[in-house]
Amino acid sequence: MIRYLYANDLARYPRLARTMFEDRADQFATRLGWEVSVDARGQERDEYDTLNPLYVIWEKANGAHGGSMRFLPTTGRTMVNEHFLNLTQGVPFQSPFIWECTRFCLSRDTEQGTAAALMLAGGEIMQNFHIRHFVGVFDARMVRIYNRIGAAPEVLGTSGQGRQAISVGLWEFSDAAQKQVSRVAGVPLDASRAWFDAAFGGVEDQPAISAA
Amino acid sequence: MGYLEKLPQLDGVIARLECAEHLEDLQSAIEWLRDHYRVDHMVYHWVSANGEQYGCGTYDPAWVQRYIDQGYLRIDPVVLGCYQNFHPVDWKRLDWSSKSARSFRRDAMAHGIGNQGFSIPIRGPNGQFALFTVSHDCDDEEWAGFAELNRRDLILLAHYFNQTALKLAPGRAPEPTQPLSPREVETMTLLAVGYSRAQVADTLSISEHTLRVYIESARFKLGALNTTHAVARAMARGQIVV
Repeated sequence: MIRYLYANDLARYPRLARTMFEDRADQFATRLGWEVSVDARGQERDEYDTLNPLYVIWEKANGAHGGSMRFLPTTGRTMVNEHFLNLTQGVPFQSPFIWECTRFCLSRDTEQGTAAALMLAGGEIMQNFHIRHFVGVFDARMVRIYNRIGAAPEVLGTSGQGRQAISVGLWEFSDAAQKQVSRVAGVPLDASRAWFDAAFGGVEDQPAISAA
Repeated sequence: MGYLEKLPQLDGVIARLECAEHLEDLQSAIEWLRDHYRVDHMVYHWVSANGEQYGCGTYDPAWVQRYIDQGYLRIDPVVLGCYQNFHPVDWKRLDWSSKSARSFRRDAMAHGIGNQGFSIPIRGPNGQFALFTVSHDCDDEEWAGFAELNRRDLILLAHYFNQTALKLAPGRAPEPTQPLSPREVETMTLLAVGYSRAQVADTLSISEHTLRVYIESARFKLGALNTTHAVARAMARGQIVV
């Protein structure tokens, strides 16, 4: 299932959090060889994890992390604006309607459809929080996967070569793309919505609020 | 009321915010906005990292005092649901199930706060946190219609309010106006001389999607509500020359 957790909620899900930061170390340090910082416990974190970002996490049936991504509003500090302006033609993105998505990570042994389920969750965020675009930093080789899912970003620029290639790109989602991603994920749209509502509260199911 | 009819007036209130010199100017702006949107209340409240607070808004002062006296800050589902977060919240999505939350709600309603609300949390620099809230008494359908129509403008206004408040906070050096990057200057200049979006994208050799994101970002830096407004402001500020 998908969980939406701010950093200050992670303590309630210790296993999920630990395995997420371990899987990030595995993906970004071990597999991709990026210069990221891995601590003695084998977990990867950076300065943006200290800004109380919102994590969207695929939780496997056994409760461990299967995949995740991290969101921050571009009205505050972001990785793109602080480190990757060379890939955006020098434009720092800044708007309450643009969120940054970074550290897109998949565990080695996650279920099929995890990447698509995460993109589906990205669509929920856009729809429900009135976000128009995501600006993302990702492993350039992910573009193939994003394309296959039906949620291709528009790549603005890429630096580095081979495994170390890092891209900055933009996403927006149409309803049609959302349906396509839902099919690839094997997650019906109403299940996706139910996970979102479980995290943020539903609007439909609540009893009418009244003074009575 | 249509969006276009409202725009010139909203433009005016944003301009007033921008040249505000005292925190009292925020109070008059928020009263104006409350009347403009014909809602019961609008409130802006900030807390800095060292606990300093500032607020303005249209709640009855008796309610504000009661809120403080009763320690509602620790109970209020709006504050609990927004603090340290950054997604906007319709009050319907919050957890009002606890006994203390329900009794708080009854008290709030008795003070005319309204049964509907939309709150926008904002994270400013250095641990500053602010909350901008619109509340109203009406049925769900009317509220859904209002929110659908005005949500995006309200989110922008919330941020513009916060920027003004930050600028006016005592002991704070004013933030320099956010400069536009050369690429954004080109974009706004081409729009100003009448190019269509497709023509601008073509001229800059970027896609229309990328262009939309550039415009979205430039619009926010310029404190504007839409593209036309953004172009006008860029010209007025001398950031583009046509």
